This record gives sequence, C-alpha cells and structure tokens, in this order.
Amino acid sequence: MDLSTSYLGFRLKNPVVASASPLSRTVEGVRQLADAGVGAVVLSSLFEEVLEAEARRHGALVEAGSERFAESLTYFPEAALADAAPRRYLSLIERASSAVAIPVIASLNAVTPAGWTTYARQMQDAGAVAIELNFLPSLPVEDEVSGRVIEERQLEALRLVKAVVSVPVAVKMNPCYSAAGEMARRFAAAGADGLVLFNRFLCPDIDPQALAVVPSGGLSSPADGRLPRAWIALLRRRLTISLAASSGVEGPDDVAKHLLAGSDVVMTASALLRHGPEYAQVLLGGLCAWMASKGFSRLEELRGLLAAEAR
Amino acid sequence: MRATVDGNEAAVTVAYHTNEICAIFPITPASPMAELADTWSASGRPNIYGSVPTVVEMQSEGGAAGALHGALQGGALSTTFTASQGLLLMIPDMYKIAGELTPTVFHVAARSLAAQGLSIFGDHQDVMAVRQTGFALLGSSSVQEAHDLAAVAQAATLRARVPFVHFFDGFRTSHELNTIELLSEDDLLTLVPEELVRAHRARALSPEHALIRGTSQNPDVYFQARETVNPFYAQVPALVEQSMEALAERCGRRYHIVDYAGHPEAERVAIAMGSGAETLRETVAYLAARGERVGAVTVRLYRPFPGEALLGVLPQTVRRIAVLDRTKEPGSFGEPLFLDVLGVVAEASTRNERVAMPEVIGGRYGLSSKEFTPAMAAGIFAELATARPRRRFTVGITDDVSGTSIPYGALDIEPAETLRAVFFGRGADGTVGANKNTIKILGTRRYAQGYFVYDSKKSGSETVSHLRFGPRPIKAPYLVEKAGFVGCHHFGLLGRQEVLARAAPGAAVLLNCSQPPERVWETLARSIQERILEKGLSLWVIDANRIARELGLGERINTILQACFFSISGVLEAGEALDRMKEAIRKTYGRRGTKVVEANLSAVDRAVEQLARVEIPDEATSTFELPPLVPDSAPQFVKAVTAVMMAGRGDELPVSALPPDGSWPSGTAAYEKRNISDLVADWDAQACIQCGNCSFVCPHSVLRAKFYDRRRLADAPPGFRSAPLNARGLPDTRYTLQVSVEDCTGCALCVEACPVTAPKDPTRRAINLTWRDDVVAAERRNAAFFETLPDAERPRVDFGTVRGTQFLTPLFEFSGACAGCGETPYLKLVSQLFGDRAVIANATGCSSIYGGNLPTTPWTTDAAGRGPAWSNSLFEDNAEFGLGLRLAADHHGARARARLAELKDQLGPELVSAILEAPQRSESELAAQRERLAEVRQRLLALSIPAAIELQSLLEYLLRRSIWIVGGDGWAYDIGSGGLDHVLASGRDVNVLVLDTEVYSNTGGQASKATPLGAVAKFAAAGKAVEKKDLALQAIAYGSVYVARVAMGADPQQTLRAFREAESFDGPSLIIAYSHCIAHGIDMRDGLDQQHRAVASGSWPLLRYDPLLRANGENPFLLDSPRPRIPLEDYTSRELRYSMLATSDPAEAERLAALARDAVRLRWETYEEMATRPAHRFPADARKER
Ligand SMILES: Cc1cc2nc3c(=O)[nH]c(=O)nc-3n(C[C@H](O)[C@H](O)[C@H](O)COP(=O)(O)O)c2cc1C
Repeated sequence: MDLSTSYLGFRLKNPVVASASPLSRTVEGVRQLADAGVGAVVLSSLFEEVLEAEARRHGALVEAGSERFAESLTYFPEAALADAAPRRYLSLIERASSAVAIPVIASLNAVTPAGWTTYARQMQDAGAVAIELNFLPSLPVEDEVSGRVIEERQLEALRLVKAVVSVPVAVKMNPCYSAAGEMARRFAAAGADGLVLFNRFLCPDIDPQALAVVPSGGLSSPADGRLPRAWIALLRRRLTISLAASSGVEGPDDVAKHLLAGSDVVMTASALLRHGPEYAQVLLGGLCAWMASKGFSRLEELRGLLAAEAR
Repeated sequence: MRATVDGNEAAVTVAYHTNEICAIFPITPASPMAELADTWSASGRPNIYGSVPTVVEMQSEGGAAGALHGALQGGALSTTFTASQGLLLMIPDMYKIAGELTPTVFHVAARSLAAQGLSIFGDHQDVMAVRQTGFALLGSSSVQEAHDLAAVAQAATLRARVPFVHFFDGFRTSHELNTIELLSEDDLLTLVPEELVRAHRARALSPEHALIRGTSQNPDVYFQARETVNPFYAQVPALVEQSMEALAERCGRRYHIVDYAGHPEAERVAIAMGSGAETLRETVAYLAARGERVGAVTVRLYRPFPGEALLGVLPQTVRRIAVLDRTKEPGSFGEPLFLDVLGVVAEASTRNERVAMPEVIGGRYGLSSKEFTPAMAAGIFAELATARPRRRFTVGITDDVSGTSIPYGALDIEPAETLRAVFFGRGADGTVGANKNTIKILGTRRYAQGYFVYDSKKSGSETVSHLRFGPRPIKAPYLVEKAGFVGCHHFGLLGRQEVLARAAPGAAVLLNCSQPPERVWETLARSIQERILEKGLSLWVIDANRIARELGLGERINTILQACFFSISGVLEAGEALDRMKEAIRKTYGRRGTKVVEANLSAVDRAVEQLARVEIPDEATSTFELPPLVPDSAPQFVKAVTAVMMAGRGDELPVSALPPDGSWPSGTAAYEKRNISDLVADWDAQACIQCGNCSFVCPHSVLRAKFYDRRRLADAPPGFRSAPLNARGLPDTRYTLQVSVEDCTGCALCVEACPVTAPKDPTRRAINLTWRDDVVAAERRNAAFFETLPDAERPRVDFGTVRGTQFLTPLFEFSGACAGCGETPYLKLVSQLFGDRAVIANATGCSSIYGGNLPTTPWTTDAAGRGPAWSNSLFEDNAEFGLGLRLAADHHGARARARLAELKDQLGPELVSAILEAPQRSESELAAQRERLAEVRQRLLALSIPAAIELQSLLEYLLRRSIWIVGGDGWAYDIGSGGLDHVLASGRDVNVLVLDTEVYSNTGGQASKATPLGAVAKFAAAGKAVEKKDLALQAIAYGSVYVARVAMGADPQQTLRAFREAESFDGPSLIIAYSHCIAHGIDMRDGLDQQHRAVASGSWPLLRYDPLLRANGENPFLLDSPRPRIPLEDYTSRELRYSMLATSDPAEAERLAALARDAVRLRWETYEEMATRPAHRFPADARKER
C-alpha cells in the first residue's frame, strides 16, 4: 500500500502527522511519535508571550533576594541570569531533527514583528524544515480591535516571516473568522505554503462545586472534524497550496474522511494524547485496511475524491 | 582600560588570569571573588597563559587549603580567596606551604574574627592571625591597589618562592565600587612571565624525578632546617620593590613597600595599613598643605617586616609616631604593627642609626568596619601634639571604661568638585541596583565611587548607598557625611535621623511620597521640618510607588527615582543623562523582553514629568513628633542600648553600655515593630475551623491562638475578634487568633496553609491578607488586650496535634529572616515544644543571623522568664559545641543526683526518690518535676552543709534538659560533617536539626553536598552533577540514632511527631527538615506547596527511624509519605534553580532531569525495601541501658 503524500513540498511516507501538543515538547516525545510511524511531527508551539513571561518571572525571582543583605547580594550564578532567548525550543528543534528521520516542523506564535522574524529565523537556523504559524483567536482583551485589523496583523506576520526564511511556511488557522474562505485565499496570496485547518481554542471550564475556573482537558471528539473537513472540501479545488486537516481524528475513519475531503495530510493531537503515541500505528493500520477494502492502493487515488467542485 | 569595579573584582581579575587552580569555600566578604572566578571558568575564559583555570568548591576552608597545598605540590599555579574564620582554618596548611617555599597568593578580604560576637565586617584580625605562618603579607589600601598589588604579589611570590597573603579591607575595599585602570594581559605577562611559571612547575612532585617532602624531622636537624629559609625571606622586600617598579614602568602607578606622604620635615607621623592608610594620606595632604608638619606612612609589605624601608622613609625630624592597628590583641603589650614599628625604631635608635628615638604610641581603629574618617585622622595628629599623648589609644569610639579613646572633631577634606549623594532605600525596591547602574553610566565619563550599607535583617531590610562622582580618582574610603543630594526612597525612612544628618547645607532632598507636593510639608514631623529649615535643604517629591504600580513594576521604584536623581543632581546635563539611562535600560532589561523595557522607559519619562519641588515655608509648622522607637514599658537595657542601635546610632554607644562577655538579653525583636509589609494577615473568625495550620507555618510567629473564659471579653477593645472554642464540653470558652500586624511580613504562608475557603467567596480563606494601614491601629489595641489573656497551661495542651501546638507560646518570634522563610517555622516549633528547658547550639549561617544578629534578636522567654538559651560558636564546630553542652549538663546532672541521694534523709526520702525516678517525658511529668525541684529548693535553704549548697547550684539539671544542635546544610553536609558524624556516633542525648535548604543560603546560594542532582547553584552553574548526600541513611547506619526527614508543608503532623520523638529519644537524634528558600528561585508564597510537591514527587520522602522500635522487635524504618504520585518535573519545573538550566543548557537539563528521575525512583525502592525489612536486619542500638 502506498500511503505517501506530499506536504509543503516534502514527500511524506504517510499522511498522519502529529500536530502540536505536549507530546512533541520533548526529544523523547518526538522520537516516540516517529517510532509509532507518523509521517511528520509538528513541535508544540513556541509562544513569544510565554517566553517573555518566563523571562520576566525568572528576572523577578533572581532579583527577589538580591541586594538586600550584605552576605548574599545575589543567590544565583551569573551565568544563569534572566534571558528571553528561546534556547530550549531551538535545542528541541536541533535534537529532535537529528533524532528522527521524518520532517520536524516548528510552530510559532509570536506577538511582535520582531518576535515573528527573529524566532522564525532562529527556528530555520536550528534545523526546522518548515514553520507553522499558529494564529490563535484574538482574546476578549482586544475587544476594541476590529477583525480586519487582526487579519491584517496575521497577514503581515506571514509576510514578515516569509521574507526572512527560505523554508516553507504553513499557517494554522483558527475557525473564528467571519469569512474563513476569503482568509484562506489571502494567506495563500501572502505566500503561505500550506494551511492547517483548524486550531481549536482550548476554553477553560467552570467547576460549580468548587466555584472555580478549571482548565478543560481540551481533547476533541470526532464531531469536531466536521468544520475543518467542510472547509477543506470547499477549498481543495480553489487553492493549490498544501492543506492539512486538524481536529476530530479519533479513528482511521476520521483520517479517511479528511483525506477524501482533500487534505494532503491529517493531523492529530487528541487521539495521540488519549491513547499514546503508539496509536498512530492503529490509525495507519486502519487506514490501510479501509483502503484495501475499497480497492485503493495509493493515497493519491482517494485524496480529494469528495472535494467540492470549484465554482 | 578604565573600569568601575569593586575591590573583590579588582583582585580576582588578576588572580584568575594568573592562576590555574582556585580551591575555595564561600565566606563573606570574599565569596564574590570565588564566584567571579567560577563564572569565568564556567564560560571558558582563559588565563594569560592560555588555559582555563579550574575552580573547585571545597567542604571548608581547611579543605580548600589542603587542596591548594596539593595543587601547589603538583606544580600548578594555585590560589584561594578567603577571610576571617576561613583564613584561620587554613593556618595549618599555611605553615606547610611556607615551610616548603611554595609560591602562591591567598587573596583575603580582611575581616573581623568571631570573639564576643561574630562580625562579617572588615578589620585586620584575620590577617594578623597568620603573620607568624611564614607567609608574606601585602596589604592594599584601595580598589586600584587591590588590583595592582594582586599582580605584584603574584610576581613576587614566584620570584621569592615565599607564599603571599594579599589583603585588602573587607567590605570597605572589597565591596567599594571605584573607577580604576585595569592591567592588560600584556601588563600581566610582563610582570609574571612564563619562565616563572615553568620554574614553579619544575618543582612539582613527580615520579619522573622522585623525591619526598613532608618528612618528620628530629631534634638533630629540625632547627637547622627551619633556619634554611632565611635568605629567601631576606630578599622578599627587594623582590616586591622590583615588581612594584616593573608595574610602575608599565603603567605609571608607583608603589613602594613602605610609602611616605606629607611634610618633608614632619614632626608627627601616623602609620597604617589598608584603607585607613589612604584616609591618612589624604588627611595629611590636607593638613600639610595648611602648614602642619605631619606625615603618613603606608605599610604595604607587612611580612617580612621591612624595617629598613620604614627607617628609610621616616623623616629625621619625626618626634612622635602614632601606629594604627586595625586589630585587637587583648593582653598584649601593643598591637602587632605598633610593636613592629616600635621595635624597629628602638633598635635603630639604640644602635645609633637614628639621631633621636621618637615617641611611639599605638592605637586601634576601625574594628568591624568602624568608620575611619579624616576627622579621626586629624584627631590622632592632635593627640600627638598634646603634652603627653596616650601611650595606647583607640579612635572612633567612646571608651568610657578604660579611657583609651581620643577625641576628634569634624573635618571635611573632600574637594568641592566631588558630587556626593546618599540614597536610603529598601532591599526590595532596587535602589542599590539602580545606583550601581548609575555608577556604570557615569563611570565612563567621570570617576565614580559607590559603597553600600545593608541592614542586619533579611526581610524589609534597609539599604544606604553612598555615591561620589568627580573629575579625578576618588580616594575617600569612608561614608559620605555631607551629601549634596539625599534620596529618601520611602517616606517612612525619613524618620531615621541619619537621613537628614548626612545632608550638606543647601542639599537637595528627594522624597518618595504618596502625598501631592502641596501636602507634603504638613505630613512631616516637627523635628524633620526644623532640620530642613536649619540646613536650607530643597525638597523634591515624587510618588514613585504609584507610577511603579501603574506601569506594572511592582515594588521596583528604582528606575523612577534614578531618573529623578539625574534630573535634580545635574551630575550630567539632564538630556544626556536620561538618554544614557534609557540606553542602559535597553541593555539591562532587553533580555527580559519588550514589556519590561517599555515599562522602564515609561518610568523615566513619567518620573521627569511628575517630579515636583516642594514649597518650603519659613518656619516649622508641624505640631506632631516622631513616636519613640520602643515603648516606655521596655526594659532599661532595651531603651538605653537596643533602641539606640535600632535608630542606626549604635556608633554613639560608649564601651560601658555594652556587655563585656557577649551576653545579651533575649527577646528584643518584640520591641522593634518594624511594620515592613503593606499587606498583613487578617483573621476571619467565622470561617475559621481553628485547626492551627496557619500559626504552625507562620515563619514570623505573628499568629497566636489562645482560649479563655468568655467573661474575659468584657474588657476587650471594640472590634476584638473571637469565636466559640471548637471543642466539646467547653461552651463558655472563646478562641482568638491574634495577628501581630506590626511584625507581619505579609508572606501569605498562612493563607496558603489555610484549609478552608470562606462561604460564597472561593478566593478568600479563613485567613487573608489585608492592608496594614486599615487595621494597624485597631490591631495594636487588640494585640495589647490579647497579651493580657492567660497563656494556656502547658499540661492542658495537646502536644500531639498541630491544632494543640497553636496554644503553646512561641519563644522564637519576629526574626529578621526573609519573608516566608522555610526554616523559622521549625525553630518556632522547637521553642514552643521544648523552649523552656532548651539550650541551642546554632551553627553559623542564616539561622545564626536571623537568630542572633543585633540589634534585636528573636529568641525569647515565657512569662516565667524561661526560654531557649542560645549560642553560636562557629560554622564548623557546632555539633561538637552542642555535644559539649550536653556533656556539661549530664555531668552536672549526675553530680546533682549523687548529692540528692546523699541528702535523701534530710530532704525527705519520698521527695528525693520521686525526683530521681521521675520519667519526665510528658509535659505534666515535667511540670511535676519542676514542682518537686521547687520544693527541694525550699528545703535546701534550711540546710547549710556544703553538699546542700552545692546541690542548690545544680538543681536545675535535675529537670530533663533539651539540647538542640541547629544549623543549615552547609554546616551539616559540608563543613561540620565530620563533627556531626562524630556527635551522632557518640550515643549522647542531643537533638540535631538540619534546616536543609539544599544550598548555602546565608552566603548567597553556593552548592553544598545537599544540593540535589540537576539543580543550579553557584559553583554548580552547569547543574549539580552528583546526587545529594543521603544524610538520613548515613545516620541510620549507626543503629543508635533517631532519624527523621520532615517537610512541614507536606505533612505538619508528621513533622510534629518527629520533633517530639526525637526530643524524647534518649540518645542522638537527627531531623532533616526541608526548608524552602529564596535561593530556590520561588515566590516564597509557594514555599509550602513546593514542600508538598517535593514529597509527592518522591524527591523528599518523609521517614522516621526509631531505634526504640528495633529494640522492641519492630521495623524501625517508617516510610511516612505515600509512593511518588506526581512527576518530578511537577515539582522541579516551578523552581528557578532547576528551570534555569533548561533555559541555559536544555540538553544537559534534560539529561540531568532523567538521571534525577532515576535517582528518585532508586531511592524510593531502597526505602520501600527497608520499610518492609524485619527488625533484625537493622543494626542494634548497642548502648547500655542508660
Ligand atoms: C493539550 C494540547 C496542546 C496543544 N498545543 C498546541 C500548540 O502548542 N500549538 C498548536 O498550534 N496547537 C496546539 N494544540 C492544538 C492541536 O495541535 C490541534 O490542532 C487541536 O487539538 C485539534 O486537533 P485534535 O482534534 O487532533 O486534537 C494543542 C492541543 C492540545 C489538546
């Protein structure tokens, strides 16, 4: 069975891609994913704001005890002073890329122009074969900023990144645009090499017993696959760039459905988090079995079979 | 190259670059030298010969000296950095090193020795204590010299083969920032060329040309062999001179082993070493320019003593000489420099090498960094001009006991071109950091000097920064007395007399104050207004706290105030100054991201905008005065002595005011009422379930619980809170948890420990933080009333539960430990449970500082005047010291028992047997014994036979005494490890409490053998690569030691049980207590949660080992915590000491983290196996029934 596909210009041995999640936060995790047979791995994102918050916290903690008592003017070795450099992330890219044979894609969520360009550039230098830009839905703190402005910012970020890196750049969209189709087209026009549809906003939950806001587990269910699938089916014949489906994969069927709608690769986070990285084998095995049962021998034969007609 | 550095950096820059091995141990004030060397070594910086020096941290200075001796015998260029007790510990090796003619330089930031009290500050007691070792001694008198003479010493030692101590004054020079010229690599190579290095290497022990050193010699040759070195010593002065000359040729700075400055025909001369010599020189220049025939001699080479050079520089006209020693040798004929000078001059005179013998007098000055000012120097010359100068004198103090002190007036010799500024800040506000930054900013344009005075407390500490700027190098090693600019960074500090006292007439005063400018004047106390008018000061205000809050800078008001300083002082043209400041901000904060940079840049702009000058009326208008520092009810000593020290005026206390033997009254912290936190604990009587958790964990003993008859409430002030006591059968009993808000540090550990949430509001607990200003007046009244409520009778308290212990009065309160300290709750617990019969031996470290640093101390007494008797001997000997206390008590106890038995018939056989057989385990048994002893005391009064008189003096030893040996991990795991091991093996009834912060906390976070695998610390910047020593298992191996590992934040009940079992065990006990620490890089509020995580992750398994169980055939090893149930990362990732490695070296961090996980698992498996072993598989307690 030939499961190979191409994504962002790479030839992948199969279309199951581990999308950004805690599983791809460590070298060991990436290795496990690769061992389980996925076609590529997207690393858990680097968030500029998190990085800065860490550096601020780090700086505040270093400062907290310093310069107040004559015997202990500092508490930490100077070498360890606060620093917002993404060394940990870059090292992850470097080590993960050399630890596995499949493509390792970096993922970035920045907030400043300098953040987008500097970090994207450093990611490429550290060995990332592609970069996924992770645009999160805008939070209510920005409720006075118009949708158009936010869209412009995202497009600008994409252009900035494209200008400083030579590796392919994918955009991971969130589903909350008024006109997601138009937005997809604008991303393509601004140079995106691929689109990932969609990210999910991990909304916290409320525990009425404890009277507290609690983090939600955030894992998806198969029903969450419908929205991205619909968009992929709609966009497949209108865009020439790579399309990745993300959300709602639980079993091999869900993979098959995304492929039939026209995605080049199918990404999964929840299923792997729920069942462990090895579960990728189950997905792939199931995909092969289904293909065999339908008489497909190559992925190409089925990809986009059920995509919507271009108008 | 010009740079602004402190003396430590000046010295270590040379030492590092001219050595191969540094063997060190942290000690104030020398630690920064070692830390810098470590930082450079870790970053791969090579020395001038191209290799990267190796830096090793040893377990003690003794260890460092041993390693150094070995390294030197191995032919490596080797050095160390130390001070004080550290240098003393090196003495045995120093004799060896010198005896073997081994070149090395020890760089010493000279510091006081612990005598009647410890002092971290500067004088020459330590270096004077090694003057007989055979080391040459070379002293620097300034930051520049500390740099230059470090190189001279290195050059000379390699030429002379005589080892050197290069010293400079601790703090005054070691911590003074000054603008100096640095020697280049080429300069150093010229001074210390490679041939010298090779010659040293060639003398190494080597099997290729084997020989032996360290023989034992006998009466036949030892003496002669000892005399063989004389020629080497004889040439030292000349070799040092040559090196000084070589230095002068390279860089133009000319020094001599003995230097003279002043009038060429001086009649009066003063002689000194160290920074005092610089003050002397400057004063002499001033006086000589005004025609006084005075001179100053600086002795730089002190050993071998350069008598000839001294005679060479002394003008023949000299009639009187005052020799100044910065040391004290009780009982001597005089201090050492004085004796040397006297000897040289006398010898020369008697041999007719000098016309007339001048009169030589000797004086002490500057002990423990006591100021030595031009006024004092002038006072000495005045004394020399009197008809009969004192033969021995002191200067700088008032000695009303022995009359040694000489008078002095006021004298300002500083050039008008020098801008002088003083800043009063708090540790948390960043004032010192900002001032260091200012110096860096200005250091490139002008000469700068900065010296920083810190407080004796670690929480809410105050800082005073003394800055000078000028067009020429600044030579003024003393505090700023007449500042043209005074920054008072907290309104409350204005009450300190020192603040306005340091202002020169007409000075500008900047006050950080929440009042608008037009309201500021009326908020000032009358005496402050009067001072301002008297001195004609201008007053500027800014509300820095508000700006900082608005910009999200929290407590860091430093940038705002720094901008104000630049605006007002005119030290640079304002526009340029602010530009430079902004540049510095981008550099300093850039790495923390744009937000921080933006906030600080805005802070500069807002500061300039909002700075306002206060309109000052012509006369004082205020009608109120500052409240007295201590209440009128305070004991006389507190009012007369402690309060003066608290006010920062301890320098004014005469000798007679101070205890002669180092014994001070307990419990003085209670008088300080520091009001250091804006937020304080606030009790919710309704929500509270009275569990006692909050008061159990309170590091500052500010939460007290009492129960009492409700009728007492009749006298309560309005608003006094109480609730029915949560106990069955006591319907008329009320419960109150009182907060001492004036002592509260706002650490919030109580809030974190509180298990309940208030109904309807999940964000509130039964104890919360509230604004101090809103409650302080009422709570002061409440606390005073609370004091009048009776303490619980100890036998009625349930000692076995955390809930019960809240009713035991803490006899350790309001210490100056960091807010939220993880150590102090354990000490408080000891004081509550056993304090009224405890003696505590406390190793030097954090606990000896917050436990015993004057002016006020936390160990206190109960209503009957009983409480822990506390003492600190040294860092290294604490276990032994505690054992000694035990031996004495046991000896007295045995003697008392014998006497009691002898007097059985006279005293009543029943009473005597009851005393001799009293079990004394429970509190009621102890109370009963106290009663019996009181009875015996009465009966003894009737007997006047010698045995009865002796027994009177020993009676107290018939009450079971609790000996506690307390210290940190630096003591227990490192420097005191040998002694601790021995004491644990002694079988004696001592209780050892190790407050394990897993790092040297007091000296600023150096790695100890308690530092866990993977944690970052100084000297383990790349992550500690060795597992933490398992002290518990080592002690368990003896079979006769009670051992517990506890973490109060994880299981307070287990902690309590362990403390009680340890104390009641009749033999050595060891409690290892997890103590969260600011050095872990945590928000201290999370301390308890981190303890919980440490236990839950298996990093800190709770255990007890009880030999009594073994004796009863049970398994003595009790594993008290459940199997690890959270990943190790859930604990470690929240602490900077672990997470910083992930930032700096992610791959290594992951590697070490994996190993740490394995280590945790392994240890857990071992413990689990031990917990299931049968009793006989543990060693028996072989001690005889005692
Ligand atoms: C715990 C968790 C963490 C995630 N972290 C990231 C991330 O760092 N960057 C990102 O682009 N998406 C992240 N995602 C989103 C997933 O990559 C994925 O797009 C989304 O969960 C939908 O796919 P799924 O249905 O297969 O889970 C995360 C999802 C989960 C559940």
